[in-house]
Amino acid sequence: MSPLFRNTLAGMAFAALATGAVSAPALAQTPPNVLIVGQIAEPKSLDPSVDTAVNDFRILMNMYDGLVRYKDGTLEPEPALAKSWDISDDGLTYTFHLRDGVKFHDGTPFNADAVKFTFDRMLDKDNPYYDTGPFPLAFFFSAIDSVTAVDDSTVTFKLKEPYAPFLSNLAYPTGLIVSPAAVKQYGKDFGRHPSGTGPFKFEEWDSNTKVVVSRNDDYWDGAPPLDAVVFRPITDANTRVAEMLSGGIDLMVEVPPDNLKQFQDDPNFKVYEQAGPHVWFLILNAKEGPFADKRVRQAVNYAIDKKSLVDNVLQGTAEVAAGPTPPAFAWAYDNKLQPYPYDPEKARQLLKEAGAEGAELTFYVTEGGSGMLDPVAMATAIQADLAKVGLKVNIKTFEWNTFLGEVNPGLAGKADMAEMAWMTNDPDTLPYLALRTGAFPDKGGFNSGYYSNPKVDALLEKARTSTDQAERAKLYKQMQEIVHDDAPWAFIANWKQNAVSTAAVKDFSLQPSFFLILRDVSKG
Amino acid sequence: MLAYILKRLAALVPILIGLTIIVFLMLALIPGGTAVAILGPLASPENIAKVNKELGLDQPLIDQYLTWMGNLLHGDMGRSYSLKRPVIDEVFERFSATLILAGTSLVLCSFFGLLAGIVSAVRQFGWTDRIVTFFVLIGISTPSFWLGLLLIMLFAVDLRWLPASGMYEVYGGGGLGDLLRHLILPSITLAVVATGVIARLTRAAMLEVLRQDYIRTARAKGLTERRVIYRHAFKAALVTVIPLIGVQTGLVLGGAVYIETVFQWPGIGRMLVDAISTRDILLVQGGVLVLAVSYVLFNLLADIIQTVLDPRLKS
Repeated sequence: MSPLFRNTLAGMAFAALATGAVSAPALAQTPPNVLIVGQIAEPKSLDPSVDTAVNDFRILMNMYDGLVRYKDGTLEPEPALAKSWDISDDGLTYTFHLRDGVKFHDGTPFNADAVKFTFDRMLDKDNPYYDTGPFPLAFFFSAIDSVTAVDDSTVTFKLKEPYAPFLSNLAYPTGLIVSPAAVKQYGKDFGRHPSGTGPFKFEEWDSNTKVVVSRNDDYWDGAPPLDAVVFRPITDANTRVAEMLSGGIDLMVEVPPDNLKQFQDDPNFKVYEQAGPHVWFLILNAKEGPFADKRVRQAVNYAIDKKSLVDNVLQGTAEVAAGPTPPAFAWAYDNKLQPYPYDPEKARQLLKEAGAEGAELTFYVTEGGSGMLDPVAMATAIQADLAKVGLKVNIKTFEWNTFLGEVNPGLAGKADMAEMAWMTNDPDTLPYLALRTGAFPDKGGFNSGYYSNPKVDALLEKARTSTDQAERAKLYKQMQEIVHDDAPWAFIANWKQNAVSTAAVKDFSLQPSFFLILRDVSKG
Repeated sequence: MLAYILKRLAALVPILIGLTIIVFLMLALIPGGTAVAILGPLASPENIAKVNKELGLDQPLIDQYLTWMGNLLHGDMGRSYSLKRPVIDEVFERFSATLILAGTSLVLCSFFGLLAGIVSAVRQFGWTDRIVTFFVLIGISTPSFWLGLLLIMLFAVDLRWLPASGMYEVYGGGGLGDLLRHLILPSITLAVVATGVIARLTRAAMLEVLRQDYIRTARAKGLTERRVIYRHAFKAALVTVIPLIGVQTGLVLGGAVYIETVFQWPGIGRMLVDAISTRDILLVQGGVLVLAVSYVLFNLLADIIQTVLDPRLKS
């Protein structure tokens, strides 16, 4: 053969060999006793008072503790940094008795002053560290009037009015206790130099590559079995699946519906599923246009084939939603409530009665966003279902950030319907912020569809201030029935959160709160 | 030569100013805002106003731009709102990652592209030419991210020879060997399209040169075919191809975004996409600036090499 050809061939062979020489024969598995978790996005900050995304909460809950935490498998608060507490009869004073001998990762002691510092920083505009914010979810604690450190082990919260979700909110990431020394040292950079009391302490944060936390041997609830946890953001879902399959990660959440079956059929992996406090719905413009008529809103609920959406588009990763409250809030959920059945005939009939046959609707759709599942595919399916009953739907798609800028200020003059999803920790939050008359966008709320029913308003106010859980449950159930009938939203789905781990991961379970709790997990 | 270089560098300044103004305007004019991105979907109008005031986003655009420009001249690129760290730290960290990836890809695509082009041209219409052309055309037509996923499936999932993503092993990694192993799939994926383009261009340039009279003369003089091809024909063809390689840099840097997403490579392309979706204007400006400067400098380098190879171009 010619010298040229031979040399070219040699060059290519050499390159191939070099590749072979550099790569090991078989890729090493993940290191023993270190859990590698595949996340869906890079964290924003490791300061619990500042974060709003579930993605960040998954890391935070392993580095910090709150006064209380959710009991395993439930959304009910149990003691954590507080051993016990007393609530005054009028529901205005909460006294917490704190655990002794607990230290922050930086060595400073955990005490009542640290608790006071955590909440003052978020709530008091005059606090010297208020500018280390902003604190978007501080409103969860807006009922607090003052926090007092009675002594090192006792702290008292005085509320402005009785606020039933208070304990539950304390278990939420926004209520996690931060180290005052660390905040004072790092100021605005605290989010990149976190210090809490949690089972794992911060080691390093490599932008867009990893967050590494290692075992806290002095953890008050017993040192966790794992040596360390590495959180890897892998934004492309296909790559995340590939990493799982190739042994590059041990655990991943939010498995794409199309890949779930693959893992379920493979004995090398364990699949976890858990209902979550999540609702996916369509906000309907109840102020103007066709949806100002209740019958049209109900018609849309009958016209959409929700079972098909949940089974086919979402591949069974969600359940059909019956009303505004997800079943994950077991104590407050109205079991008797049935979802609107798929009944296009009934829908047509209602539309005829309301004189809205053949109406044209503008539908705002987003391309992504936390908890939005598969927004474009679902919107297209909904559009098709509505077309079958003679409604012409025009879809306008927006990128998530833009979408929120369009929808949150209200749909008036812009759209008839918009997709939305919420994940909350208490049955009060979503209806209070999105279904009350006092929650219209111009009043700072998220009732972008302008739904208004004074009966619902009254029920929500009463439930919020009642301290008796049984009474609250009754009130929420009544609210759900009214809202189900009024249909300010098209109730579509409750997401079933899922996760996949290798078979070697032990003692892991998904929590209804969507948090990733790793303190009991072991490997191998 | 020095004067030529200085003149070209001086031309950089108006380009950069124009670029930064355009980027600034675009980001300011698209809907959505930084505040919502920072505060999340539950942002209250009160908090939004507070954030806007804190970050100076309620100032008129021209003031914001001039403030940024003023800080830049002091070497301060500002502080990223979404990441809460200095822009300059983030940008250079991410840029060096992209440089490694894009640099390796450029070396690969230049080497293999030129080689394939030469072989194709010399064996024009022969079997070698046809096979090379076939693969080249497939390479140009394949979407890079799709190819990337296929390679991951084959080499990481099925064969387990190479890691699926990332730049280093996350626990206990580091070192050159670790980096090279992680570099293989993404750099090859990124190089594929550019290799094809360079191969076709080289082939065309070579064919053009090989027809020249002085090539016939060189052969007549008794020079070995190898000397004719490499010493004379290739050198002449290179003059045409080098500037095109320079242009390919832009495509490689741009295509890096897809590869960085698929392979979770912590590069600047990915950083820019995230910065845009959070409307983090300072981060976007910093990133675009660094990319623009490197692109212009690289093309300058290509032009200088070209001038060295063919002194006729100096005028």
